[in-house]
Amino acid sequence: MSIFSNLSAEQFETIGQELDAIRNREMADLGEEDANYIRTLIKRQRRLEVAGRGLLMAGFLPPAWLAGVACLSASKILDNMEIGHNVMHGQYDWMGDPAINSKVFDWDNTCTNTAWKQTHNFEHHTFTNVLDKDHDIGYGILRMSEDQEWEPRFLFNPILAGILATFFQHFVAVQSLKLEDYLIYKTKTKEEVKAEFKPTWKKMRKQLVKDYLLFPALAGPFAPFVFAGNMAANVARNLWSSQVIYNGHFPEEVEQFPESVIENETRGQWYVRQLLGSANFEGGRLMHVMSGNLSFQIEHHLFPDLPAHRYARIAPEVRAICEKHGLPYNTGSFVKQSLSVWKRIFKLSLPSKTEGGSKNGPLNGLRAKVVSLTREPESETRKAA
Amino acid sequence: MNAMTQTSSRFQQGLTRLLQSRVADILSYPHGVDRYLEVFNPLWSVNEVRAKVEAVRYLTEDSVTLTLRPNHNWEGFTPGQFVQLSVTINGKRQTRCYSPANSLHRADGCIELTAKVHANGFVSRHLREQLSVGDVVLLSQADGEFALPEQRPEQVLLISGGSGITPVMSMLRTLCDEGFSGPITFLHYANSAADMIYASELDEIARAHDNVTLVRCFNDEGEQGELSGLFSREHLYIAAPEFAQATTFLCGPPPMMAAVEKVWEEDGLAERLHKEQFTLAAPQIESDSAEGEVRFVQSEKMAINNGATLLEQAESAGLTPESGCRMGICHACTCRKTAGEVRDIRTGEITSGEEDIQICVSVPVGTVTLDI
Ligand code: FES
Repeated sequence: MSIFSNLSAEQFETIGQELDAIRNREMADLGEEDANYIRTLIKRQRRLEVAGRGLLMAGFLPPAWLAGVACLSASKILDNMEIGHNVMHGQYDWMGDPAINSKVFDWDNTCTNTAWKQTHNFEHHTFTNVLDKDHDIGYGILRMSEDQEWEPRFLFNPILAGILATFFQHFVAVQSLKLEDYLIYKTKTKEEVKAEFKPTWKKMRKQLVKDYLLFPALAGPFAPFVFAGNMAANVARNLWSSQVIYNGHFPEEVEQFPESVIENETRGQWYVRQLLGSANFEGGRLMHVMSGNLSFQIEHHLFPDLPAHRYARIAPEVRAICEKHGLPYNTGSFVKQSLSVWKRIFKLSLPSKTEGGSKNGPLNGLRAKVVSLTREPESETRKAA
Repeated sequence: MNAMTQTSSRFQQGLTRLLQSRVADILSYPHGVDRYLEVFNPLWSVNEVRAKVEAVRYLTEDSVTLTLRPNHNWEGFTPGQFVQLSVTINGKRQTRCYSPANSLHRADGCIELTAKVHANGFVSRHLREQLSVGDVVLLSQADGEFALPEQRPEQVLLISGGSGITPVMSMLRTLCDEGFSGPITFLHYANSAADMIYASELDEIARAHDNVTLVRCFNDEGEQGELSGLFSREHLYIAAPEFAQATTFLCGPPPMMAAVEKVWEEDGLAERLHKEQFTLAAPQIESDSAEGEVRFVQSEKMAINNGATLLEQAESAGLTPESGCRMGICHACTCRKTAGEVRDIRTGEITSGEEDIQICVSVPVGTVTLDI
């Protein structure tokens, strides 16, 4: 039986109040420290980028090429994770600086600001780990839940996961198109997809021209080194950020929820769902910065618009609240969480052995119960497949 | 890019053109060239006006006078116009409007802004207490209709009160630098002599120029000015008997401006009066108009109309709409009203239906829906 169904209305209420208190206290405290933090970080990222692109110009020398790729990868990771992701969450909107405002900020990534705010800020953060609502569960490609009907294509789950990770930025860019609806389920027309793809293509094109045409062209005869360097940096960023994001929601113990939980959900229940649906990983300061503090995925999901560098500070308090109410606080080393994610990816490539997934995960008792109440009878047979 | 002035200006021009090119745009995509330049020098920018603080002076107890050196994106101003100055206070960008007070013909390319520090003047207090030489501030280009016409008038009357002195000071300095020979009357209202910004410089100007008449009027009793008390028609007859022939520029607190406007209207001279309103009168809300609610559609929030400006009501509802001058000048706060009636607190004019409004100078009359 999941802890979720064991909590009383009063407990949900108390948890909500305790977490709100943390939020209010931190929000009231925003100021110079946060501004300096993000500005300093942006400065470092820009310097790394300039250095990386400069070094790649001398990329015919192996050490320069390697150093260039390292700098540019780090720059792209910082740009996407600790800066872009957090700025576009509105964490720094209060500063009133258009350069770091969620309305206008754009990142070194092929996904547009607008599309990302729809799929991530709105869909993923509102419907965290709710099946059929949170498109981040599997990104339309993978089978990441027992409750997701098995199809033969999922035999390739691990390979698909690898492809998704390698080209992560492009998959995220087209995530809002819900391509599977066109390619697999045929509920969407080609014309619809084309029209929706336009703004994304505009951005993709600019990113591709920058990394694979203009910068290489600047290097003249050494163009291939720059081309390859940029590609390496893009892939490094993709592999790293996708793993960070998988680790936030897909380790085995993390719960998923049926759609019914979001009906009349209270603030306290919302908080608890975020807690149960997220996982942290541990590491040093550098690990936290490079993961955009998504190593504190739990804290991020509780307070998505709180400047992320504050998560480390409030994490012990959040953990204490979890312990007090008997809630799990899912954390472990980066390696442990990654292995757990990949185990799930492999396991789910095969049809589930038991009906309703009663085998794994603490929520399954509840899930089976709710699912049987809310789903059409035929979906039961579908799951048994 | 002032730090580069040693290099030849042709090189600088070429560099600027290169940095503004489409290629530079894509190479720096999506952040833009400025976001990279500023990492190396806060003054470097191809689009934004940033300025370095060259001097900070305190001419009176409650004011601060800044000398700012703008970077090469600054396009200059016309005396009387204002700029928006942005500074970061406790991490948050704050923007206020100030009029350059310097002459158009100032040789060193700097501009001079003077801010009066009010009791709860959050930004002005910061400027006086925290800003120091070498700091970099953000500026807008100059804007505003209140400006000395290119064809200089034959006879000029400048009337100001309190910190409203700055735009007319710029006019006076400019005209004097140009060797303007027509009569200029400078009529200024302040609480006391010690309170008057630019007092000694005005003295000097008046002494050095036969065509300049300086008339100071102090409110506090026992102060030695040419006049005392509040503006009246009598003051005008004493200070500028030929006011009907002059082109008049007026800037000061609302009650004073209203008194002056009344005289010009009564005499059918309204066309010859140019005015700049610097501070807003507290809105007069009749109790029956502060009812209904304010709905913020995009953020799905709602507030019970309390009669304050829509900007204030939005802020107390936890929203942070864009704003700048907060007095109806810069249009930073403009947003779409989809339904309801608002009153413009500057004019009292009531408008209804779907329109773009400046929320800092609009109060709701009944229920209003905003698209923020
Ligand atoms: S804030 Fe400047 S016009 Fe409203």
